[in-house]
Amino acid sequence: MYSAPFEYAAPTTLEEALSLLEEHGEDARVLAGGQSLIPLMKLRFATPALLIDINRIPDLDYVEESADDLLIGPLARNNALADSAALKERYPTMAAAAPLISDPVVRNLGTLAGSLAHADPAGDWGSVMLSLGARVAVTGPSGEREIPVAELFQGPFTTALEPTEVITEVRVPKPSDRSGGTYLKLERKVGDFATVGAAVSLELDDGHVGRAGIGLTALGPQNLHAKTAEEALAGAEPGEEAFDEAARLAADAAEPVSDLRGSADYKRETARVFVRRGLAAAHETATAT
Amino acid sequence: MEITVTVNGEARTVDVEPRVLLAHLLRDVLGLTGTHVGCDTTSCGVCTVLVDGTPVKSCTMFAVQADEREVTTVEGLMRDGELHPIQRAFKEEHGLQCGFCTPAMMLVGSALLERNPNPSEDEVRWAISGNMCRCTGYMNIVKAIRRAGQDMRAEREGPASEEVPTEQPAAPAAAS
Repeated sequence: MYSAPFEYAAPTTLEEALSLLEEHGEDARVLAGGQSLIPLMKLRFATPALLIDINRIPDLDYVEESADDLLIGPLARNNALADSAALKERYPTMAAAAPLISDPVVRNLGTLAGSLAHADPAGDWGSVMLSLGARVAVTGPSGEREIPVAELFQGPFTTALEPTEVITEVRVPKPSDRSGGTYLKLERKVGDFATVGAAVSLELDDGHVGRAGIGLTALGPQNLHAKTAEEALAGAEPGEEAFDEAARLAADAAEPVSDLRGSADYKRETARVFVRRGLAAAHETATAT
Repeated sequence: MEITVTVNGEARTVDVEPRVLLAHLLRDVLGLTGTHVGCDTTSCGVCTVLVDGTPVKSCTMFAVQADEREVTTVEGLMRDGELHPIQRAFKEEHGLQCGFCTPAMMLVGSALLERNPNPSEDEVRWAISGNMCRCTGYMNIVKAIRRAGQDMRAEREGPASEEVPTEQPAAPAAAS
């Protein structure tokens, strides 16, 4: 399949990329890993007049920690995240999700920042970032601004990014020592989109639930942030009762539709089971020393 | 636009439209038809090639993205008229039936063995999980990749290790 014709630019600095983006606006698209954008272009759902390939810009593939955050560059590949020691040690929700993103060959190119910018309601990273309270740094003509991932998604394949802006960093707050999390994904086969996915992150504060984060995949027009369930958990005594209730609230917040992957009822029930299991697993990690 | 891609060690300068996929550059422009196109939707993996040593699906990368990079296709596995150990192993372990997925399986397998010379069965199955074999011949594909790893380790370690049994060794040699 051939995409519609387009002009191709491969700038070697971010400034150059931004000025192209400013000049061409909605007619241009930024190419990072391309594992979602290129299929869209081949199907002609996306027909940019100009493709701005940022892969020639050096030093954008970092995964590093600052005092407060995990910082992920826009060209950090999913396999680099799957192999990251920092993720395995301190970001269990991300460590659980990374190896479940698509398949190993696609993960060699696909990126976290690109996945967020693509905003597929069946994308895994969006839910994980919602559960962790992550932010994205976006850069445009007037400089850099930060958008919480909770405000990034505006609908299917739609974000709060301006056409002249690009995600230049993903920032994930460092969880406390008493924290845990996981990502549970039901998929028909490796590489398929999630039938249902649930990201759960939990922090304990003096024996009670401090911060709880729940994001849901493929259960609505965008990655869903299960706020009511999170609020019910905050300050609660961690345990079966609180987790059952939160799971029920999260499943109630889901907006599944019946399709070839399953019925709406099946998906909602799976969401409930995943959130309950995820919370139990997160609690176990948080209480292990 | 004009690009120069090093394909199997040889610099090839070609003029392509930006929308030409890497798979089509290889097959239609350069005549390297060992790279297959299956689903054309990033799912089946038969179009996998190595770009700077890393497996990528060439139906989901534009040829212009490979400008000034090194691409290895199945045609580049042979060295000096000798089959690559992974090619020998696929032959000896019957790692193919119809052969359609084979170029991709061998490239993914060889890239895995570069990083991990002694992968477990699970590690091999994980590494090839983005590549489909519609003959469902995975058992022998897994065997062939592990066999190639064993042969490559034996070659590196010299004549003393020549008597490596065909069956999996009880205590596999440590990864070097």
